[in-house]
Amino acid sequence: MKTPLVTSGRLGAVAMILAAAWALFIVPSGGDMTLILSGSIYCAFGILALSLALIWGFGGILSFGQTAFFGIGGYAYAVLALNIGNTTTAALLAILVAAAMAAAIGYFMFWGRLGDVYLGVITLVLSLILYRFINQTSGSEWKIGKAPLGGFNGIPSTPILNDLDGNPLWPEDIYVLCVVALILSYILCRLLLATYFGRVVVALRENELRAELLGYDTRLYKLGVFSIAGGLAGLAGVLFANCVFVSPNMFSLTTSSQLLVWVIVGGLGTLAGPVMACFLLLAFSAWLGTLNAGVWLDPNLVMGLVLTLFVLVLPKGILPLMRSGCDRALAAFRRPAPAAEPGEAMIGEEAR
Amino acid sequence: MTDYLLEARNLTMRFGGVVAVRDVSLSLREGELHCLIGPNGAGKSTFFRMLSGQYRPTSGEVLFRGQSINGQSSAKIARAGMGIKTQVPSVFNAMTVRENVMLAAVRALPPNLARRRCDEVMKRIGISHLAAEKVGILAHGQRQLVELATVIAPRPALILLDEPAAGMTGEEVEGLGDLLVELARSCSVIVVEHDMSFIRRIARSITVFNQGSVLVEGPADQVLSDQRVRDVYLGREVA
Repeated sequence: MKTPLVTSGRLGAVAMILAAAWALFIVPSGGDMTLILSGSIYCAFGILALSLALIWGFGGILSFGQTAFFGIGGYAYAVLALNIGNTTTAALLAILVAAAMAAAIGYFMFWGRLGDVYLGVITLVLSLILYRFINQTSGSEWKIGKAPLGGFNGIPSTPILNDLDGNPLWPEDIYVLCVVALILSYILCRLLLATYFGRVVVALRENELRAELLGYDTRLYKLGVFSIAGGLAGLAGVLFANCVFVSPNMFSLTTSSQLLVWVIVGGLGTLAGPVMACFLLLAFSAWLGTLNAGVWLDPNLVMGLVLTLFVLVLPKGILPLMRSGCDRALAAFRRPAPAAEPGEAMIGEEAR
Repeated sequence: MTDYLLEARNLTMRFGGVVAVRDVSLSLREGELHCLIGPNGAGKSTFFRMLSGQYRPTSGEVLFRGQSINGQSSAKIARAGMGIKTQVPSVFNAMTVRENVMLAAVRALPPNLARRRCDEVMKRIGISHLAAEKVGILAHGQRQLVELATVIAPRPALILLDEPAAGMTGEEVEGLGDLLVELARSCSVIVVEHDMSFIRRIARSITVFNQGSVLVEGPADQVLSDQRVRDVYLGREVA
């Protein structure tokens, strides 16, 4: 059957290109500093959401520990930049450190054949341990080279990435960098999933036993995708460190749970959905914060309600809902096809 | 060096105090089609899982191509040339039929050969018309065929099939019988099955399990006419 020219997938791709063009060309020229600063942070969190969307939505690995790699990336960047001076090298090394940490933790989890629940618990505990540990490093003895860890206050003197002449980037430049990094991360995930490696990762989510019986060493593929997602979370941490500064909150339970909410609300098994949900919910939280309504509109409480609402009413999430809505609208606009045989109609219905 | 492709030597499997398989041995040469039959709970599937690496035997040894595969993962055993089909169709539901078969073929063959092999296998099994369908929406019998296609695609030396005809239509069972007989010309096949008419159609040699042990073993005609086998299937006390 011939594919129609206009499909929900193509419309989605056009919408994403338009959104990327708006974010890259219109926003920086507008000079709205609030939008530029919050946009940078949203993009950093968007990459973090992508990292969980990749391993949970496509690899079936529910990790509460993406914030651990997010924090490790940020702290590694701050410590390395303060010690070696070259921020570009520090950023690249920090991403590698986060990926290597994910590989090390993943090795023990996947070679130990841990079940999903234990994997979730271990990754959650990892984040909490790091949160507690970093929080108690306020003493002057807690230094790595020239970098004080700063305990609860974090490292406010986190150096900003430099341009080619060695000058710190302006907020507008950081913003563009964050948008480009988000776009490239999305493309990387898409390409990865289209490869043979990516198809095996999806196969593992579908049926790990069958993948094993076909001769795939499932541990190796899980470790691979977990490390890549760790690297992505590390990249998000590096960008976040450049937008704000590193602090123990990067490891916090609030950040971990927010991340899960973004993926569920956006649509598990999609990449763009969690990023979209991340942007919408961060903007919604920020708006709630401006209302000064006290405990009754506490952003965390509202996020909990949003999650409950989605799990009960829209379990597939925003993006799949938009897709099916768009498909229905397109079908209604199309010219009705000649009446099909009853059998054919049934097959078509099932396939959908 | 052994002459057999597969040799199970004195396999025993205990689950706590329960002995599911007791001191069972089996040998299979290249190109043999061997069936394992027996009533429910006889230990066939447990024995099958020990052969395929899903269970590690409590005692005894499994040799594949002369090498011990005890304690090896199912993935390693599959890479060594064993194709395994489980009792319940084990497939990738969210993927298309073609993707399922392709993932199996591409593990063992370069991508261009894998594509050709994938088309060839789907055509032989009769599922080419379903290539673009998601496996999750197919009927049970069709899913069985898809799984069988994934087992055959990497060209294994030995195929282990656990109740391959379960849930299939009469026509599908007939086609499956022809396929297994044809497969046995190029590789060895072990089939665990309940359907006696299907067994009669394909079997050359049979091992009958009862209460975790081998009751009878030998050529199909001889075994199927054995009074003890009838007694076991009818739930009578074996003489």
